[in-house]
Amino acid sequence: MNDKRLDRLALVSKVWPWLFLGALLVFFEVWARISAHRSFIFNAYNLQSIGLAASAPLLLAIGQTFVIVTAGIDLSVGFVMGLAAVCVAQFTIPGGGSPWVLVLSIPLTILVCLIPGFVNGVLIARLGVPAFIGTLGMYGVARGAGFLAAGSGMTVAVDNAGLAWLGQGWTPVVLTAVLLAFMHFVLSQTKFGQYTYAIGGNPQSAVRAGINVRRHLFAIYLIAAAFAAIGGIVYTARFAAGAANAGEPMLLDSIAAVVIGGASLFGGTGTVIGTLIGSLIIAVIEFGLVFIDVNAFWQFIVVGVVIIVSVLIDQYKDRLGGAQ
Amino acid sequence: MSDAGAMPVLEARDISIRFGGVEALKRVSLHLMPGEVLALAGDNGAGKSTLIKILSGVYHADAGELCFDGRAMQLRDPQDARAQGIETIYQDLALADNLDVGSNIFLGREPTRRKLGFQVIDRPRMAQVAREVLERLDIVIPSRKLGGPVKMLSGGQRQAIAIGRAIYWNARVLIMDEPTAALGVPEQRKVMALIGSLKAQGVAVMLISHNLHDIFAVSDRIVVLRRGEVAGERQVPHTNGDEIVRLMVGDTWANGAR
Repeated sequence: MNDKRLDRLALVSKVWPWLFLGALLVFFEVWARISAHRSFIFNAYNLQSIGLAASAPLLLAIGQTFVIVTAGIDLSVGFVMGLAAVCVAQFTIPGGGSPWVLVLSIPLTILVCLIPGFVNGVLIARLGVPAFIGTLGMYGVARGAGFLAAGSGMTVAVDNAGLAWLGQGWTPVVLTAVLLAFMHFVLSQTKFGQYTYAIGGNPQSAVRAGINVRRHLFAIYLIAAAFAAIGGIVYTARFAAGAANAGEPMLLDSIAAVVIGGASLFGGTGTVIGTLIGSLIIAVIEFGLVFIDVNAFWQFIVVGVVIIVSVLIDQYKDRLGGAQ
Repeated sequence: MSDAGAMPVLEARDISIRFGGVEALKRVSLHLMPGEVLALAGDNGAGKSTLIKILSGVYHADAGELCFDGRAMQLRDPQDARAQGIETIYQDLALADNLDVGSNIFLGREPTRRKLGFQVIDRPRMAQVAREVLERLDIVIPSRKLGGPVKMLSGGQRQAIAIGRAIYWNARVLIMDEPTAALGVPEQRKVMALIGSLKAQGVAVMLISHNLHDIFAVSDRIVVLRRGEVAGERQVPHTNGDEIVRLMVGDTWANGAR
């Protein structure tokens, strides 16, 4: 294996999510032109639908990216999102339709959702519980808490002008984009981001380098919970109702987005931009297949295959790196 | 280079430590001069690792004292030792494999600059320093690999980065635990040459090795430990492998073998 070929392979593994996203868009565009004489991409409704479909799991996936880079995983974010969706509805209802109640209900919701993040932090960073097990426990706790908070029904309807504004049109997409840009900056440019990679690469060396690994892991599970909370708030804003199971399908989508975006579940690699591309790939597949009238259940199969392919590419790349 | 009259940079006096009923070190004394390579030899269980862990702040001695530049020194933890200028390179290197050379040299001590009101990591500076450090150690790493993860580099190159990190932070004492154990022969030579250039730059090196060939190739002086005690100390020009082995295993054993 010569160096040039290795470089080319490394490049391919880095850019393939972009190429794949591009190929998907071209495919649906050509299909739309031929079968219906209209555009797939240059259509505000389609773009907004894809943006909205991508932004909900993307909010979870941003936090999940940080967790996975440290070689962890957070299984609780889906139901923390549901808990947030219910909580923000319940906390907003007593204030009636006034937008001002949001000043209280939104921070309160985030605060409540930081509790499972805090417990994850204690379990994983302090007590050394494997992330899979610790967050699986909080998955159950957040799930039960969400349904209990929702009361008799599974959903809690809320009618609030401010919340409605937050959920209408492009607002959730823009909010997600701003948060995404900021967290991309944090992961790629700051010491916090650098230490996240260092911990994922070799926790021993991070400790010897004087990095406070425990405190850092703690912060990362809090971040994951905070983003899950924001995801739940946006959900309730969009649908004018909070559902305890709002985030259930989002959990695996968030992990899939991170993995398709090039992160390794063994930690140490992954970027926020990669996660964005991963979410867009999933959203384009889901929306595009419906758009060309393919049975909606095919989307699960296609996304499943894409996940497997991306993991195989990651492993192949690692084997090449290790063989040298 | 251990010129008499100069002050030792690091000195251990009458160091003792027990683990439960085992007396791991018994009144061990040694000193290290600037620009000197001191080899610490001894059989398995002789106390070499225990001694370097005390010198690098991992363990605390039950009795005895440490002096740095002639002043008494207390080491609370490894960070404390590094702040004093004592860097330890462990067998397993302690590099973050997924980060590049510059990131590893600066790990935990990254330089920052202001950008849009935020403190961001100064990556151009880290890359620049990485090149300078490697140049100073005479290590050639192709520039396109300099920005890639260090897991793509060879064992010798990675060992060089660990050494480079220590010297960039102005280590005055470098403790190396079996630095060549995991390396191929050409890379062992390279690391031995690196030790020579560190010595020329005035760094005091303490080398722990099983390999007598390595020890004789680079050291000025050898301290032999046996069962937690100093069994002997020899200047390299005035001794040979047989004598060192005899000190390591004890006279009875050596005689019995003949």
